[in-house]
Amino acid sequence: MTERSVKIFPRFERFWHWAQVVLIFALLFTGMRLSGLHHVIHFSTALGLHVVAALVLIALWVFAIFWHLTTGTWVHYLPTLRGLPQVARFYAWGIFKGEPHPYRKAYWRKHNPMQALTYLALKLVLFPAIWVTGLLVLGWNLWEDAPQALTLVYWVSQIHLLAAWAIAAFVIAHVYLLTVPPGFRHHLRPMITGFDKVDLTPEQEAYLEANEISRIKPRD
Amino acid sequence: MRFSFRPLPRLPAALALAGALAALPLVASTQEAAAPEPPEAEAALSASTTDHSKLKPLQREFTSGPEVTRACLQCHTEADDQVMHSIHFTWEFEQPATGQLLGKRHVINSFCGNVVGNEARCTSCHAGYGWDDMHQSPVEAGVTPDCLACHDRSGQYAKTSTGAGHPALAPLPDGAVTITGAPAKPVDLTKAAQSVGMPGRDNCGNCHFYGGGGDNVKHGDLSSALYDPPLDVDVHMSPQGENFACSTCHVSDRHTWSGSRYNITAVGGGEPARPGGPRRAASCQSCHTDTPHDTNIIGLKLNDHTDTLACQSCHIPAFARGGVATKTWWDWSTAGKLDEEGRALAISDYLESDGDHRHTYLSTKGDFDWGEDVPPVYAWFNGAVDYTTADRKIDPSAPVEINPIHGTPDGADSRIWPFKRMEGRQAYDAELNELVYSHVWGPDTDTALWTNFDWAKAIQAGMEAADETYSGNFDFVDTYMYWPITHMVAPKHDALHCGNCHAEGGRMDGIEGINLPGTRPYSPAGIAGLALVLATLGGVMLHLLLRLVGRRRGDHD
Repeated sequence: MTERSVKIFPRFERFWHWAQVVLIFALLFTGMRLSGLHHVIHFSTALGLHVVAALVLIALWVFAIFWHLTTGTWVHYLPTLRGLPQVARFYAWGIFKGEPHPYRKAYWRKHNPMQALTYLALKLVLFPAIWVTGLLVLGWNLWEDAPQALTLVYWVSQIHLLAAWAIAAFVIAHVYLLTVPPGFRHHLRPMITGFDKVDLTPEQEAYLEANEISRIKPRD
Repeated sequence: MRFSFRPLPRLPAALALAGALAALPLVASTQEAAAPEPPEAEAALSASTTDHSKLKPLQREFTSGPEVTRACLQCHTEADDQVMHSIHFTWEFEQPATGQLLGKRHVINSFCGNVVGNEARCTSCHAGYGWDDMHQSPVEAGVTPDCLACHDRSGQYAKTSTGAGHPALAPLPDGAVTITGAPAKPVDLTKAAQSVGMPGRDNCGNCHFYGGGGDNVKHGDLSSALYDPPLDVDVHMSPQGENFACSTCHVSDRHTWSGSRYNITAVGGGEPARPGGPRRAASCQSCHTDTPHDTNIIGLKLNDHTDTLACQSCHIPAFARGGVATKTWWDWSTAGKLDEEGRALAISDYLESDGDHRHTYLSTKGDFDWGEDVPPVYAWFNGAVDYTTADRKIDPSAPVEINPIHGTPDGADSRIWPFKRMEGRQAYDAELNELVYSHVWGPDTDTALWTNFDWAKAIQAGMEAADETYSGNFDFVDTYMYWPITHMVAPKHDALHCGNCHAEGGRMDGIEGINLPGTRPYSPAGIAGLALVLATLGGVMLHLLLRLVGRRRGDHD
């Protein structure tokens, strides 16, 4: 195994990430206005921005799903128990003792098992929950005459709200975890440049050097 | 033009949203354009095919109102028959929903109470001459319709305040006033007869702006401010706006008008009227459609509201605008206090924004309160109104609804409407638990409240006049009376904002059957979510602290 600087976040994935940052912050801010937690902007302004940001985010996600499926990168999110206890133990104990992170990035496994599990839950549970409930609330007029519609829309709105707060909690934890050693800038850089240090097998290294030279940096 | 009169195509919501996504303007732009001036040649041309001053039957002296009407009928042969079938003349309306017989001839309200027993004062606004006994219909009494009240365009025709509908004619007694409360001047009936034309706002307003005995006392949205309203008071009737006459919306057919306070078109809609097309309902939607807002994200969402809210609920943010206050509280129970010399009191402690003082206490009428720019109360309403007539039992332990309004939360036939809720106290039979009739006006009787200040006599006389049984015991009960608000439509930039209702304690507070985001920031999920976020913040802080402690220990090792 050799550690090389490899492009693990291609341009689309980085764009996707930063677009989500902007849109999710916009959605949280306008969403808090819509639920009455602040009055910094008009309700109508908040509503317009919230709907536009939500629809753009959903469109982006539809495209991202297509991208993951066609590029095969979806495998990064496959859940695994392998290494999970070690990573959990590190965050709950080892990190306080100054131990090194037990996980080593691999070319086809750029997330540690806890990360993969978290992102998978986010993608399979929280995001779908918030889109489906959001679209239902937006389209309220189309189903307001359904039986028990008022009770249903109450629960739909509650799920939307809870999912939104859970995403906010994720953002907090996500940003905090950037500060764990070796540090904020080290963790942030790959999402800007696309490159990170990854353990490569000799075969992977040979393949990249021969076929995808732009995805691997020359040896230092 | 301030509103689009063009019906919008009904797009499927998804398509519309996609379109809205592409076009991001969030708020409609305001279009301002001057009202078009007719070309000079057109302006010089008479709008009517008849100049009534050239008609021989009108070129004469008239000594009474009915004489003028007889002259009108020489050409307009069917007009009296038409008028005599209208509610303006019959003062009678059978509520189709309940079969209840309503109309001024029958109901008791929370203002001056009842017509019977007080005829010549109350019928001073009747569209006829000399109806002075409610026991007979005006047709039975042989009352002649009054053409001039509605068609005089000379501006000097006026009915006296106590003349059972007759105009002010010479010689006038000292202190005579008209139905608007202005000092009466002798009317030139010839001039009035020769001036006739289609009714203007003044014709309708001379009665309807002064309901309840004074300017804007009753309705709240109908006041003298509407004779010549600025644009911000009423976009439709303002000369700077559309300069509508009342009959532009309240279209007439055979001298009956669309629009009612007993049986209202609460749910406008259907196809908008084409110019000249048949239109029976004086609803906003009959011109504006039920999808009147612009096709953008906010406009589409606003259009989503039209199956829940009456247009008026947002577009009339407050009533009694334009400087004329409306009476909001009338306590009859305090009437009758006199000064030390036994004279009637008149206290005017309410200063209106137009500079007028309004009465706050009268020995004749009791205590009043007034309001300007009053936010309405809101309620589900399907247009049906019935009345607590004298035959209905009341529960005096709670405010009595003089005219209960009907409607079901989220009902297909109902919308959330704005109302003026008139509050007051008025007399009732304390044994029979029924509202009573009172004899308030009668300068020559020794029982009328306004001259004798004795409630017991006034009620006894009122009940006798109405042929009602009366226990002889009376008391006063709190009452509510509801007045649908539909005039004084504000310019769109003055309409309610989303946040007026989508907020904690907003305008829809207490309205059932609606899904109203933004009214409960601390719902269960809101609290749980905030707790989750705070717990996460606390968790990472603790984690950070433990890391820092761990690092320091490491340094010591």
